[in-house]
Amino acid sequence: MSSIISIQNLRKAYPGGFTALKGVNLEIEQGEILALLGPNGAGKTTLISTVCGITVPTAGTVTVGGFDTMTDYRATRDLIGLVPQEINLEPFETVFNSVSFSRGLFGKPRNDAYINRILEQLSLGDKKDSKIMALSGGMKRRVLIAKALSHEPRVLFLDEPTAGVDVELRKDMWDIVAGLKADGVTIILTTHYIEEAEAIADRVGVINGGEILLVQDKSDLMAQMGQKQLQIAIKDPVAEIPDALSAYALERSEDGISLTYTYDTTGERTGITTLLNDLAAAGLVMTDLQTKQSSLEDIFVGLVKETT
Amino acid sequence: MNIYAVQTIYRAEMKRFFRTIMQSLISPVISTSLYFIVFGAAIGSRIDQVEGISYGAFIVPGLIMLSVMTQATANASFGIYFPKFTGTIYELLSAPVNFFEIVLGYVGAAATKAMFIGVIILITAFFFVDLHIAHPMAMIAFLVMTCLSFALLGFIIGIWAGNFEQLQLIPLLVITPLVFLGGSFYSISMLPGIWQTIAMFNPVVYLISGFRWAFFGTADVSIGISLAAIALFTSGCLAVIGWIFRTGWRIRQ
Ligand SMILES: Nc1ncnc2c1ncn2[C@@H]1O[C@H](COP(=O)(O)OP(=O)(O)O)[C@@H](O)[C@H]1O
Ligand SMILES: [Mg+2]
Repeated sequence: MSSIISIQNLRKAYPGGFTALKGVNLEIEQGEILALLGPNGAGKTTLISTVCGITVPTAGTVTVGGFDTMTDYRATRDLIGLVPQEINLEPFETVFNSVSFSRGLFGKPRNDAYINRILEQLSLGDKKDSKIMALSGGMKRRVLIAKALSHEPRVLFLDEPTAGVDVELRKDMWDIVAGLKADGVTIILTTHYIEEAEAIADRVGVINGGEILLVQDKSDLMAQMGQKQLQIAIKDPVAEIPDALSAYALERSEDGISLTYTYDTTGERTGITTLLNDLAAAGLVMTDLQTKQSSLEDIFVGLVKETT
Repeated sequence: MNIYAVQTIYRAEMKRFFRTIMQSLISPVISTSLYFIVFGAAIGSRIDQVEGISYGAFIVPGLIMLSVMTQATANASFGIYFPKFTGTIYELLSAPVNFFEIVLGYVGAAATKAMFIGVIILITAFFFVDLHIAHPMAMIAFLVMTCLSFALLGFIIGIWAGNFEQLQLIPLLVITPLVFLGGSFYSISMLPGIWQTIAMFNPVVYLISGFRWAFFGTADVSIGISLAAIALFTSGCLAVIGWIFRTGWRIRQ
């Protein structure tokens, strides 16, 4: 797989002096769905805006399809469609005209058949002559997507597409994204819903405080999430873990009255039964057992905590 | 050059104008008629002639200039301010267009609308007064240049404005007084001495004077100076716009 977007040492300091991006490096692969996960103020919108040309980088380079976003901006912007976080639409315009306007702005000749097809795909067909101000919030989001797709982009940025939308629309949105991926469109979406990243992304990036903390295949992350911990409380504190139990890689708490065993729920055997037998054989008396699952949320919260 | 983008912006702006065609055209027709009735008939009957021209005809160039300047400014400033207000500016900034194409679309449309209104006023004037245009080509050239330069000014105001009040402020506080004091309804030579000197600092005097020369062949200042004034004004606006686009002032951070 080759990168369609390459971001190198990207820094962005806003005029007020605030540094929203602190040297971001990120490779986005052709045809993938990348979810950027991060809390409010992490720099997600700034990162997208810089790639799309809405803000100017302070330092670093961004290439899209091999073109530099600063020197070859026509070529890069041609490839990109952007669905902004805010619902920015002209209220008095009709849906069709608004989408057609976007296409023209991106330098494509008028193509009503194509616009109609997108509107149909986004279930906006019967709304095409409605004024935008007459639409519901969910419909307006669809209009934003239609506008972003109007010039047939190869890369689509969706900035928190499902923030504040109902469950049904969110599900629709995921279907739309899956359809676009099938057409070969590379999709980058930001979200602070972990389940969203889980549901649709190929890779997940975590961003906080203007830095990318991790980018991983979702399956690897899921594997980490498959891990569970068994906490074993024991009656008499142990100074060290008996040699007979060394194979289990147990962790001993400082006070010595609790041992933690990490196991993989997706594996064939968890090893719990033999562990419990071996514990008893080693003469340890158990007073309590407790299991804990690490979720993407834990990983995420852990990562974000480390940096603040 | 992204010619489709220029066309798209231009058409969308013109559509806004035609959507409200009645308001857009009726109001200048009515206000012009009122000017002719009040100034032409009521005052004109006492002034009878200015520099050998009937007062009713004398005010025609000034009336056209008054409307054209305010309309060009208002249209262009609104045109670029509105996307900032609704947030749709993100689209202009992320599209493969350069600043020149954006200006061409918005300023071109604003200037066209102002031209329309100027022509409508001229046609209305023919119903009220006897008009003979001495230099029609020069008249058109002056009209076009005025529309363009004030649309450029309006574009700058629209970029600068942070709210609707500010959008109205400059036209209200600067342009309208300058136009009224710029000899729309009188000849500068009719002013008492010191005011004639002061008037010479008003750039609009040169534009109205040049425009009046195109109509009647006489003017307060020579046509060469008028041309130089409008060229200076246009290049000033262009320089400011060039600077805005280089620095991204108030649009691209
Ligand atoms: N125009 C701006 N001027 C100054 N600071 C800004 C501007 N836009 C965003 N920021 C700051 O940059 C940081 C990142 O913002 P943003 O990229 O919008 O985060 P996210 O999209 O992840 O919520 C925030 O602290 C925000 O306050
Ligand atoms: Mg954001």
